[in-house]
Amino acid sequence: MKVLVIAEHDNNNLKASTLNTITAAAKLGDVDVLVAGSNCSAVAEAAAKVNGVAKVLKADDAAYANALAENLATLICELSSNYSHILAPSNTFGKNFMPRVAALLDVSQITDVLEVVSEDTFKRPIYAGNAIATVQTSDSIKILTVRTTAFEKASEGGSASVEDVASKGDSGLSSFVKLEGSGSEGPDLSSSRAVISGGRGMASKENFVLIEKVAAKINDCAIGASRAAVDAGYISNDYQVGQTGKIVAPELYIAVGISGAIQHLAGMKDSKIIVAINKDENASIFEVADYGLVADLFDVLPEMENLL
Amino acid sequence: MKILVPIKRVVDYNVKVRVKSDNSGVETANVKMSMNPFDEIAAEEAIRLKEAGTATEDIADSIGEAKCEEVIRTAIAMGADRGILVKTDVETQPLGVAKVLKAIIEQEGINLVLMGKQAIDDDFNQTGQMLSALLNWPQATFASNITINGDSAEVAREVDAGSETIKVNLPAVITSDLRLNEPRYPALPNIMKARNKPMDTKTPEDYGVDMTPRIKTLKVEEPSVRTAGIKVESTAELIEKLKAQGAI
Repeated sequence: MKVLVIAEHDNNNLKASTLNTITAAAKLGDVDVLVAGSNCSAVAEAAAKVNGVAKVLKADDAAYANALAENLATLICELSSNYSHILAPSNTFGKNFMPRVAALLDVSQITDVLEVVSEDTFKRPIYAGNAIATVQTSDSIKILTVRTTAFEKASEGGSASVEDVASKGDSGLSSFVKLEGSGSEGPDLSSSRAVISGGRGMASKENFVLIEKVAAKINDCAIGASRAAVDAGYISNDYQVGQTGKIVAPELYIAVGISGAIQHLAGMKDSKIIVAINKDENASIFEVADYGLVADLFDVLPEMENLL
Repeated sequence: MKILVPIKRVVDYNVKVRVKSDNSGVETANVKMSMNPFDEIAAEEAIRLKEAGTATEDIADSIGEAKCEEVIRTAIAMGADRGILVKTDVETQPLGVAKVLKAIIEQEGINLVLMGKQAIDDDFNQTGQMLSALLNWPQATFASNITINGDSAEVAREVDAGSETIKVNLPAVITSDLRLNEPRYPALPNIMKARNKPMDTKTPEDYGVDMTPRIKTLKVEEPSVRTAGIKVESTAELIEKLKAQGAI
């Protein structure tokens, strides 16, 4: 069986999510990787060096610069006949165009694959991770998005060939206007070794500086937030951890002033070590924490900064 | 402009779901059911577009068992004009739903579809994208802001890298994220009035669509449960424990 992985990238760098997806794909068959972008040769070369990749397909065209779903889906459908499975990371990148691919091929899609049971059977979370379903698809081509935290990153060391594929052009249906990021230069929330997140208890935008200071003292530590903190305007949406937002599973997750709504737990409960700091001893976050500290975060954060 | 708001009836988001003892699914008997929260946000956005004079008609539809009429009535009580109930006893899955919606859209001459980005039961996050593919319309998923400019729309989307704005030609399918708006509560007189608003009742067969599920659920299990660890007394003790474990 041949499997196609759709690479996530920003035209310069291959995103770590692609490496997790390649590991999932390797359980199903020989892996080819599609790099569709604009001036994306560096990404194609990086993908060719990943262990387990047989071939990299590069579609280099302005139409693919911003991963518009309409353009990507048409290209992937064109390539689909060579493959038994097509995989992409299950994040705002993969979830955007993969269902479009599935519908054009008249097949279903399986979202958030946690485990490959067999070539047609997979485990996935439902009800915000409160139940795990084992599902089987009867479709000829399996379209899967992969929960990246459930698979290790594929390592470097491969030497695949890079082959150019022709662009299918621009659909003319949609166009990119702008991307406003938080401009964060810290570690990537989705793939960092540690995460420290603030919740409603942070009480203001300015107080997030306290979180930043602690993060700076921990090796490879990204900053996150609960939905409540984002809704309150303390921090921008790209920091949100949870069912809507990013799913993370770092070695260390520190939840500060976060009560622990189901939707937040869904985004972090697979972290290796969970620390909860909250002045409410009944906060449900303590039910999943390895270490709980019932205290005022405005005392604890400066203390942590000093002790680290 | 005519807007269609497809709505799913799901287990209420406040309910802690329980897996059935025979592992065939989750318990839905005697459990509170509600409109999917993301669909509620889409319904609100459609009403606002009508109130602003941008839209002329706002139709709510739901596909599933007869009780789905309740969530359509809720959307009407919020401000939708009328409803379409497509009754079926089969498990609704995104591809089948998208095919029924396509048929409704073609019959009703819809120009804009506003719907939730995902349902909080199966968490698929697929139907809007599939629908726009079947229609060969553009899509704008995970919307946090929508501006209609004549025959196009500018949509801000919540993506992993921040906020992305794209322009889509109309007609289009737009799926809502959490921060698009805060849905209103329907007023009691409107809830009463909603009972008498027009509601078409159809079946998938009326639209020539085969909704047979493509995905079979073999079993449903409880996730592995994390047990609470220990409480530490001070910041110093916390740091000590984390250092001992090599976490920091």
